[in-house]
Amino acid sequence: MLPFLGKRLLQLIPTLFFVSVIIFGLQQLLPGDPALAMAGEERDPAVLEQIRRQYRLDQPLHIQYLYWVGGVLSGNLGESMRLKEPVLTLIAQKFPVTLQLALMAIAISLAIGVTAGVISAVKRGTTVDYAVNALALWGISTPNFWLGILLIFLFAVHLGWLPASGYVSPFEDFWLSLQTTILPAFVLGNSFAAVLMRHTRSAMLQAMGSDYVRTARAKGLAEPVVILKHAMRNALTPVVTLGALELGTLLSGAVLTEQVFSIPGFGKLIVDSVFNRDYAVVQGVTLITATTYILLNLLADIAYVLINPRLRN
Amino acid sequence: MIVSPKAANEAGDKFGLKPVCAGPFKFVERVQQDRIVLEKFAGYWNASNVHVDRVVFRPITESTVRLANLKSGSLEMIERALATDLPEIRADAKLKLATVPELGYEGVTVNIGKSDAGKTAFGKDPRIIQAFSLSLDREAITRVAFNGEFLPGNQWISPKNPYFQSKFPVPKRDVAKAKELLRAAGVTGPLAIDLMVPNNPETRQVAEIIQAMAGEAGFDIKIRVTEFATSLKEAEEGRYQGYMLGWSGRVDPDGNAYMFHRTNAPLNYGGYSNPEVDKWLDEARTKGTLPERKAAYEKVAEKVLSEGPIVYLYHRLMIIAHTAKLDGYKPMPDGLIRLTGVKLKP
Repeated sequence: MLPFLGKRLLQLIPTLFFVSVIIFGLQQLLPGDPALAMAGEERDPAVLEQIRRQYRLDQPLHIQYLYWVGGVLSGNLGESMRLKEPVLTLIAQKFPVTLQLALMAIAISLAIGVTAGVISAVKRGTTVDYAVNALALWGISTPNFWLGILLIFLFAVHLGWLPASGYVSPFEDFWLSLQTTILPAFVLGNSFAAVLMRHTRSAMLQAMGSDYVRTARAKGLAEPVVILKHAMRNALTPVVTLGALELGTLLSGAVLTEQVFSIPGFGKLIVDSVFNRDYAVVQGVTLITATTYILLNLLADIAYVLINPRLRN
Repeated sequence: MIVSPKAANEAGDKFGLKPVCAGPFKFVERVQQDRIVLEKFAGYWNASNVHVDRVVFRPITESTVRLANLKSGSLEMIERALATDLPEIRADAKLKLATVPELGYEGVTVNIGKSDAGKTAFGKDPRIIQAFSLSLDREAITRVAFNGEFLPGNQWISPKNPYFQSKFPVPKRDVAKAKELLRAAGVTGPLAIDLMVPNNPETRQVAEIIQAMAGEAGFDIKIRVTEFATSLKEAEEGRYQGYMLGWSGRVDPDGNAYMFHRTNAPLNYGGYSNPEVDKWLDEARTKGTLPERKAAYEKVAEKVLSEGPIVYLYHRLMIIAHTAKLDGYKPMPDGLIRLTGVKLKP
């Protein structure tokens, strides 16, 4: 395990270098002038020149890249042109928000998706199976922003049970934090739950038809033990991989959901930064997201091996 | 804006993060993209007339969600409600409206001399710009896109502004005259025009209405939806023929005219240049009374409205909606929220 871990961690270095070149390069292809975007409605040429000088936008691209990479290696991701705050500070503010939302969404989708997938597989061909499949189809087809707005009108405006939007940190007020994040987490988790349900169902059906499950039944084990201890263990491996990939996607920011619920997370930050050509923020956030994604994949591979001992060799 | 010189010198370019001024509220904190918190400033000269202790600004970009927050009671006030939401707000007894015409305008900027892209019939011949303007029914545009709530306009200030030149009223649609002008300008078939449109639902809808109306007069409008920052760059480089662009507006009419019509001014995207207009714009800056300045602007209007480069369309309404428990709020055309004198009932 340790050599495997060491090798994967070493692979991070060339991967991140390649990612940094891609991030930097792609951003330069975006049309639009960041100095113009930042100057807003006032267009004094001297002000524009000063902005370009301050943020090295007047330097050749390779010099700009080297300055940025040099800063990254010393722990400085630069400063937001628009918000005038260090990018690391912004990431430290937004990442916990997005992390909380992502973890809640994954928890909801696992709870709904895996449970529904197992039930659907066990009750294959029955009304329960058809009903669960129909729900899964609805979950995949429903646009997040539409569902979000509907839930706001139902739970906030008509019933008055939950706040319409906004975010409160769990360290400020745990219950209020739960109230502000349950709806967006459900919206995010809903479509992934449907995907998980389909995968879990297929994996369970495959596992339940295999020889070792037949042997377990032949040994006289109770059906719940056969399903939960034997069949589900094998069926969970694709779920782990999917879960890790989805967590990575959610951590890069659920743009539409954050927009609808006014959650100050990564998604909102990166969208605003792209529209305002705030290069330092886009580069910093994308680099952090890429690193997190790679690490999550590594964790998924480790979990895969831990769940299925046959893969340890 | 008057700021504390000591705080400004100490903070330098970071002053915007913790501003220190002398108004009715003082800055407490800002969490980027989440909230700005202000508290009542006891040292304000009119503090006895400030009845709100704390203000929290929350940025909510989605207008439907803003309204939902107001209706649910999570917010006491929202700004820039949509014109299409006005009937719903009016029908809700728990809500009140405060509206005022904006200082700015929405229009189509024509590339007259910014670049080679302006060397087209549309950019070179004022008769064609006039024909385009006459092909549009400004009242219908505001009726269809904004429930009739916005003000049709044809100048850089709204018809409610004291500097509005009543000698040049908002023109009614005249398709026959538009066709006649096109014929006189030598246009025989549909005239293709590239119309660059910033990507937001309002401007896209208005562009489609313009496309339909102008099509009846002999124009073939090609709508090019462009992301806003990109469209600014395109306009700077002169890579457009028509550009749907608004201006937030300034209190003084100079702020809506000078930078757009003066030769080589920073916001003169059309590349317009007329030495006489330059002289009159400078003259308006030097005069001290409204009648004198208005007289100078009348000369500017006579030239600019006939030659382009901006075909003015309408002026928005600043729409503030608030809880009926809020008393005494008066909206201002600059769109800034002023809470002196405002009371919130329990």
